[in-house]
Amino acid sequence: MSEIHEHRTPVSLHGLTENDPHLQPAARNPQLVERVIAVTFLAGIASVAGFGACYWVDAAPWALGATMGLGLSFLGIGLVAWGKYLMPRGPFVEERHVLANTDDDRNAFAAAIVERGGGVIKRRKVLGGLLGSGLGIFGVVAVFPLLRSLGPLPKGTLFHTDWRAGSFAVDITGRRVQVGDLAIGSILTVFPEGTQDTDRGQAVDQTVLIRVSNESFTTKKGRESWAPNGYVAYSKLCTHLGCPVGLYEQQLQLLVCPCHQSSFDVHNGALPNFGPAPRPLPQLPLYIDADGFLRSQSDYHEPVGPGFWERS
Amino acid sequence: MSTEVVNTARAKKQAMGPYGTVGKVLGELDDRLGVAKGGRSFLDKIFPDHWSFMLGEIALYSFVVLLATGIFLTLYYIPSQAIVTYHGAYLPLDGQRVTEAFASSVDLSFAVRAGLLMRQMHHWACDIFVGAIVVHMARVFFTGAFRKPRELNWTIGTTLLILAIVNGFLGYSLPDDLVSGTGIRIAYSIILSIPLVGTYLGFLVFGGNFPGTAIIPRFFMLHVLLVPAIIVGLVTFHLILLVRQKHTQFPGEGRTEKNVVGSPMYPVFMAKTTGFLLIVAGVTALLGAFAQINPIWQFGPYDAARISYAVQPDWYMGFLDGALRVFPAWSFHGFGYTIPLEVTIPAVLFPGLVFNLAFAWPALERKFTKDHAMHHLLDRPSNRPKRTAAGVALLANLLMLFIASSTDVIANFFHLSLNSVLWAMRILVVLSPFIAYPITYKIAKEIQLLKGGGKRKTANVVSRTAEGEYVATPSPVYVDDLHHELAATEVPTFIEPSVDVPTDGGVRTVTR
Repeated sequence: MSEIHEHRTPVSLHGLTENDPHLQPAARNPQLVERVIAVTFLAGIASVAGFGACYWVDAAPWALGATMGLGLSFLGIGLVAWGKYLMPRGPFVEERHVLANTDDDRNAFAAAIVERGGGVIKRRKVLGGLLGSGLGIFGVVAVFPLLRSLGPLPKGTLFHTDWRAGSFAVDITGRRVQVGDLAIGSILTVFPEGTQDTDRGQAVDQTVLIRVSNESFTTKKGRESWAPNGYVAYSKLCTHLGCPVGLYEQQLQLLVCPCHQSSFDVHNGALPNFGPAPRPLPQLPLYIDADGFLRSQSDYHEPVGPGFWERS
Repeated sequence: MSTEVVNTARAKKQAMGPYGTVGKVLGELDDRLGVAKGGRSFLDKIFPDHWSFMLGEIALYSFVVLLATGIFLTLYYIPSQAIVTYHGAYLPLDGQRVTEAFASSVDLSFAVRAGLLMRQMHHWACDIFVGAIVVHMARVFFTGAFRKPRELNWTIGTTLLILAIVNGFLGYSLPDDLVSGTGIRIAYSIILSIPLVGTYLGFLVFGGNFPGTAIIPRFFMLHVLLVPAIIVGLVTFHLILLVRQKHTQFPGEGRTEKNVVGSPMYPVFMAKTTGFLLIVAGVTALLGAFAQINPIWQFGPYDAARISYAVQPDWYMGFLDGALRVFPAWSFHGFGYTIPLEVTIPAVLFPGLVFNLAFAWPALERKFTKDHAMHHLLDRPSNRPKRTAAGVALLANLLMLFIASSTDVIANFFHLSLNSVLWAMRILVVLSPFIAYPITYKIAKEIQLLKGGGKRKTANVVSRTAEGEYVATPSPVYVDDLHHELAATEVPTFIEPSVDVPTDGGVRTVTR
């Protein structure tokens, strides 16, 4: 009992003799532990050498990772075991010193700031004010060009897409869509001609074209002429966060956004009926020209995509 | 002839002093820098032993792995959104129009030796890094290690968590694959949702409307230069403060507010911690070898008009994604303006609130408990039921939001309707803190009432007497299995003092 107590009482590192119990290994059987650690190190050496060999012969990634991982782990486990079982068992103690200084020291420090430096500045208030305002003005104006160079101002760009009166609807390869192209229940992503392989065309103008029937289709009052021959076109940008509304539930006639599962009723003006999207997908008014091509009557009547401050 | 050589060597050795080359080099150094005293006390620095003090080390060492693997990746990655036709090592993509960023990410995975391993290790190390920071923070929180004088280090740590999450997102975006591109799109929309300045901010960050061609080079600069530089600086400061203020310790035999009990820096702690660095690197390598992560060649290049199904962000963005899913579609329209509250509240205000609460917690606790004393001995979480319950309540809420980021996967997997899963998660997100708080509080109080709570149980040896009677006697304890018996220090009266805890400053000795 007393032996236990002696071993567990923390002592300072200073002035310990070599055979102090605190400096003895923690292991019950140091010779055995030493052998086990040696074997671990040997395994580690073999593995890291194996890593070199694997790299040399351009082995598969898993072989590289396995040899490297096992090698480092074996060496690490051996080293931790060495530290834990063969090094001085302790425990040792160290005194904490109060970091705070005496009141006199603190006052001297504060006095140096307030009386020595502060006094000099107080006597020259005008100079200090001028210098301060100079640096302050520079601080403000330096931010302006830095920020302003980063990008253009949004102006009205978020309010418009590249769909114009008479734009041909084309697919991703640039082929114009004709009235006979889609069967009922089919869907196609279309762009205004000329934008299909541009970043902006894909990010802003992307539109889903769904054929819901053979006859003109009204999704909402006032949109009687917008879906000729059953071709309905909605912006593909989710009104929640702008993900492409890429899933089409044919049975339920829903467009679903894979990001946060907002779903939009295709027959009913793309009104959201589930999920976090706050607004319907804007609908693109279409017409079919004399040659049977699908074209837009105009741009969307409202901004596409997620909400922003200036959007009314 | 030969004896003469030996003699000169011996003479040289004697001239070197009792500690040979080491002594000589240190002497030269000390002449110039005066390192002997400080160096000695650094080697004597005591580190308390407790498994939970290892969590911060995991974070530190996974950051080392991040730096090492990241340097490798920068040698091959091209931060450019210029469009090229892919003719690289991965044949299924041959002839596709992709960005240079995507092409170089795929090629460094397939055409560069050990490239895929380094990329997967980098990604795994990031997930481990953020995870270790969170768990380390939880340890610091629940044991009260953030109290005076360590509030500044808590603030630095919280900042590091934010920077780690941000840099994780930036790095995840760099391959410009279909999944990460969608993540960037969502980030852009979140910026747009900020009232008044959102659109301006979005255009400044992206150099114009989404996607533009500036975002990958900008994210690259932020990911490999600016944010890591700040992280390195703050980690250094974090460790300097740790050395200066010394480590906290749990109460126990011989431990007081005025000392530190444990193992010395040299050689014990150094051996253990270096070994641990190797283990963290080794485990990361094994994960990189056997656990596939982020197979961008399967996702394909980013195209703003395409999308993948059932994809989740890295785990540390899960709570944000979940918040965006469960928050209702409450957009504000009025006075000619729009505030997309369905985005602003869950993705801007909510994380702002959580992190500001973390920053403010030490000050809040000081204010409400009026405890302005120095604390170097740690709390047992059960001795601080209110703090513990508050922490668990927040974690429960974040966990529910994290689960809510998989509503679609859960609905598919369990064949449930998406609607019922969403509503269940909405209810759980709101209720979880209110359920977690009282339960945790009650458990903490019950643990306080337990006799010998927190003390290691010894096995009973059951023996049968000659008369057939069974007797249980506690087994003897081997010296190194002996647990440091917990004896809490003075518990301030504003918090429910634990029952039956001596207040003798923790110097109770163990007698058996």
